[in-house]
Amino acid sequence: MNPETAVWLALAVPLVGAVPIALTGWSPNLRETITLVTATLLFVIVASLVPEVLAGARPEVTLIEILPGLPIRLEVEPLGMIFGAVASFLWIVNSIYSIGYMRGHNEGHQTRFYVCFALALGGTIGVAFAGNMLTLFIFYEVLTLSTYPLVTHKGDRKSVMAGRTYLGILLSTSIGIQLLAVIWTWVAAGTLDFTPGGILAGKVEGPAVGLLLFLYIYGIGKAALMPAHRWLPAAMVAPTPVSALLHAVAVVKAGVFSVIKVVVYIFGLDHLNASENTDWLLYAAGATILIASVIALRQDNLKRRLAYSTVSQLSYIVLGAILATRWGIVGGGLHLVMHAFGKITLFFCAGAIMVASHKTEISQMRGIGRTMPLTTFAFLIGSLSIIGLPPFGGMWGKWYLLLGSLEAGQLAMVAVLILSTILNIMYLLPIAFHGFFSKPDKAADAADGQQQEGGIREAPIPCLIAISVTSLGCFALFFFSEPAFELLLQIVTP
Amino acid sequence: MITEHLPALQVVLPLLAAPICILLRRPGLCWALATLVSWLSLAVTVALLLQVQDSGVISYHLGGWEPPWGIEYRVDLANAFVLLIVTVISAVVLPFARTSVGAEIPREKAYLFYSMYLLCFAGLLGIAITGDAFNVFVFLEISSLSSYVLISLGKDRRALTAAYQYLIMGTIGATFYLIGVGLLYAMTGTLNMADLAERIPAVADTRTVHAAFAFLLIGIALKAAIFPLHLWLPNAYCYAPSVVTAFLAATATKVSIYVLLRVIFTVFGSFYGFNVLEFDLILAVLAAAAMVVASTVAIFQTNVKRLLAYSSVAQIGYMVLGISLGSVVGLTGGIVHLFNHAMMKGGLFLAMGCVFYRLGSTQIHDMAGLARVMPWTMAAFVIGGLSLIGVPLTTGFISKWILVQAALEDGIWWAAVLVVFSSLLAVAYVWRVVEAAYFQPRPEAAIPVGEAPLAMLIPTWILILANLYFGVDTSVTVGVARQAAEALVGAVP
Repeated sequence: MNPETAVWLALAVPLVGAVPIALTGWSPNLRETITLVTATLLFVIVASLVPEVLAGARPEVTLIEILPGLPIRLEVEPLGMIFGAVASFLWIVNSIYSIGYMRGHNEGHQTRFYVCFALALGGTIGVAFAGNMLTLFIFYEVLTLSTYPLVTHKGDRKSVMAGRTYLGILLSTSIGIQLLAVIWTWVAAGTLDFTPGGILAGKVEGPAVGLLLFLYIYGIGKAALMPAHRWLPAAMVAPTPVSALLHAVAVVKAGVFSVIKVVVYIFGLDHLNASENTDWLLYAAGATILIASVIALRQDNLKRRLAYSTVSQLSYIVLGAILATRWGIVGGGLHLVMHAFGKITLFFCAGAIMVASHKTEISQMRGIGRTMPLTTFAFLIGSLSIIGLPPFGGMWGKWYLLLGSLEAGQLAMVAVLILSTILNIMYLLPIAFHGFFSKPDKAADAADGQQQEGGIREAPIPCLIAISVTSLGCFALFFFSEPAFELLLQIVTP
Repeated sequence: MITEHLPALQVVLPLLAAPICILLRRPGLCWALATLVSWLSLAVTVALLLQVQDSGVISYHLGGWEPPWGIEYRVDLANAFVLLIVTVISAVVLPFARTSVGAEIPREKAYLFYSMYLLCFAGLLGIAITGDAFNVFVFLEISSLSSYVLISLGKDRRALTAAYQYLIMGTIGATFYLIGVGLLYAMTGTLNMADLAERIPAVADTRTVHAAFAFLLIGIALKAAIFPLHLWLPNAYCYAPSVVTAFLAATATKVSIYVLLRVIFTVFGSFYGFNVLEFDLILAVLAAAAMVVASTVAIFQTNVKRLLAYSSVAQIGYMVLGISLGSVVGLTGGIVHLFNHAMMKGGLFLAMGCVFYRLGSTQIHDMAGLARVMPWTMAAFVIGGLSLIGVPLTTGFISKWILVQAALEDGIWWAAVLVVFSSLLAVAYVWRVVEAAYFQPRPEAAIPVGEAPLAMLIPTWILILANLYFGVDTSVTVGVARQAAEALVGAVP
C-alpha cells in the first residue's frame, strides 16, 4: 500500500466503520465483530506507516481547501505516528474489554456506544495525523463532540450535569481561547502548517510569545492543566471503557499531543527558548502535578483517584513540552506512550472490579486480591509503571523528563518530579497492597449484600484478556521502546 | 432576447403571481404557483449571478428610460449574492409550506397567505436588485406591509400585537429612510445610487447630508433589527406562522443589511461614513452589544422560537461587526455570514416548524424527551445549533474564522474576543434545548407524537446539510463574498 493511501485510509476507516456498526444494532455479535475488524484494520494501516516514518518519510495528503491557504491536510510526522499507533492499538484491546464490560454490566444503548467510539477514534487519528493547526483544531472538536454522548451515556441527572461540565470546559477553552490563538497565528505567520523549527520566529516576538503560548496551553483544555481540569473527573461518570481509552488515552493524550505539536512545530524550540516569559507556565504545570496528586490521595472513589492521577501525569508531558529542550520533548513523548499503557491498565482493573464485585470505592477493596488475583496483580503492574519503577515502561518517560529538567537548569522541576513520584507511590500502591494483604472487611461486604465465599470471582474473560495485554505491554515497553525513542529523536535533532 | 430582461423578470414574476393567487383561491393551486415562481426565480438568479461573474455589472433600464431619470436595476456580485440567498431560501421553504400552512392557517385564508408571501418575496428581491434609492423605499414598503400581514396570520392571538408592534417600528424605519432619501434628493437632485455617489462629495460637508446619513442609517437599522432597534423582532418571529418565521429570519434582515452596505459603501463611500463621521465605532460597539446582550437574553428564553429570534439579533451583530471593520476581509466575513446565517436560521426555524406541526408548541418544557419520538427533527436542530455555535466543519465556523481574522488584522482585540465569547453563549442556549430534548423523559401526560412528515423533513435537512456542505467547500460562498467585498470597498473614492 502506498503510504499516502494509508494516511487517508487511517482517517476514513474508523469514520466509515461507524456506519455498519450503527446498522447492525440488531445483532450485538455482528456489531462487535465489525468493531473489532475496524479496529484491527485501522491498526494494521497505521502500523504499516511506521517503517516509512522511521526511514524519514513524511507522507501527506491534502483533502480539501476550506479557505484560501487553509486546507484540511494530513501529514504523518514522528510524534503523530507514535500517538496514532498507541491509540489504534489500544482501541483493539479496549474493544475486547468493552465486550466483556458492557455485557457484564448490562449497559443500555450499546450501539450508540460503539458508534461514538468509532467516531472518537476517527477524531483521534485526525488529531494525530493533522498536517496543520486548522486540521488539528477541527478533529480536536470532532473528538470533543463525539465523546459527549459517551460521557452522558447513562442519561441520568448526574451524567447530564457531568456532560455540561465536560462540554462546557472543553468547548469554551477551545472555541474561546484556542481558536483565538490559531487565528492569531494565521494572521501573524500567514500559514498554519506544522513546520520543523516553527513558523513564528520573527513574526511573534517579545511578551506576545508568552501570551500566545498561554492561549494555546490553556486553550487546549484537553491537556487538563489546572484550573481547566475539572472536565476530566466529571467525565468519570461514563462507562469504564470510555474512561479507559478516551479519558486515559485518546482524548487527554490528544490534548498533550497538541501541546507538544504547538511547541515543536508552531513555536519551535529555539524560538521558545529565546523568549524569557514562558517560565511561569512551567510553574503552572509543576503546580498541577503536585496539587492533582494531593487531591488524588484524598479520593476514595477509584475512578476519581485515577482521574486526578491522570490530571497530574498529563502535566508531566506539558512540563516536558514547555521545557523546550531535547530531552524534555523526548521525555514528554515517551511519557505519552507509557502513561497510556499504565493508565488504561488501571482503568481496566477498576472496571473489572466494578463488573465482578460491584465495588467502586477504594475502602471497599480491601482483600480484593483474594477474589480477583489477576486483576489486582495487573493493577500492581500498572501502578508500578505509573510510578516509574523498572522494569516497567513508565520509567523511561520520567527518566528523560528528569534529564530534560536538568538540561534546562530547572532544579525546581526536578524536585517536583521527585516529590510527585513519592505521591504516586502514596496514592497507588496502597490499593494493590491492601488488596493482597488486608483482610476483607466482612461487615462492609455484608452491608452491601455481598457474599464473600472466598473463591475466585474474576471479571468476564474478554476483560481479563485486555487487562493482560496492557499490563504485559507495560512490561514489554521497558525493553522495546526503541522505535518510539528513535522517532522522537527525529523530532529534536534537526 | 429573454436573457436581457432577466433583472426585470426577477421582480415581475412573483409580483404578478401574487394577484393571480387571489384569483385561483384553491390552496393547492396557489401553493403550486408560488413554488413554481420561487423555483423560476432561483433559476433567474443563478443566470444573473453567472452573467455577472462572467461579464461584470448588469445595468438594466426599466422601460428603456436612461438613468438617472429612469429606474435602473443594477446587478453586481453583492446583490446577486443577496438575491441568491432570498431565492434559495424561498425555493426550499415553499415545499415545506404546504403541510405547515395547512396546519397553521385556516384553509379559507390560505390563498391570502400565498399571495402575501409572493408580494413579500417580490419586495425583498426588488430591494436587492434596484439601483435607485427611492425604488428601494417602494419595495421596502411592499415587503414590509406584506410581512405585517404574514406575521398576523399566526395561530397565537399575540401574533396580532406582534405584527402591530412591527408595523409601528417598521413604518418609523421606512419613514426615516424616506426622509433621508428626500434630504439627499434636495441636495443633489437625483435618486439613482450611482449618480448620488458622484454628486454627494460636492455637498458632503453640509448639515443636510449629515442628517440624511443619520436618517438613512437609523431607518435601515430599524428594519435590520440592529441592536438596540431590534425590539420588534423577537415577538414577530415568535408568533408568526412557522414558514413565515423561517423565511423572514433567513431573508428579510439580510436584505436590510444589504441596503446598509449599499448606503454606506456605494452611496456615501466608506471613507465618508467611517473616517469623516466615524460611524464605524458606533456600529462596532452596537454589534458587540448585540452579540453579548442578545445572546445572554436568548439563554433565558422558554420558547425556542423566541430563543432563536434573540440569537438572530446576536448574529446580525456579527454581520454588522464585519461591516464596521470596513476592510475587505471584514466585509467578506459580514457578507458570507448573510448567507451562512440564512442557512442555519432557515434550517433551525424549519426544524421548529416540524416541532410545532406535531406538538402545537415550541416551549422548551413541551419538548422534553422529544428526541426519542422525533429523532430526525432534533438531529437537524443539533446540527443547526452546532453551526450557530460555530463548530468546525459547519458554516458558522467559516463566518467566525473570517470575522476574527479581520478583527485581529485590524488589531481590534476586544472584537475578536467578543465574537468567540458570544459563540460560547450560543453553546449555553443551544444546549438547553438539546438537554431537554435528549435527556429529559417525555412527560406522562404528553400527547403521543411521531416524526414530522417527509415533506417537512426534506426541506429542513436540505438547509441543514447546506450548513455542513458550505462549512467545508467555501469556494462559492467565500469566493463570491470576497469579490463582492472587493467591489464594494473598491468603490471608495
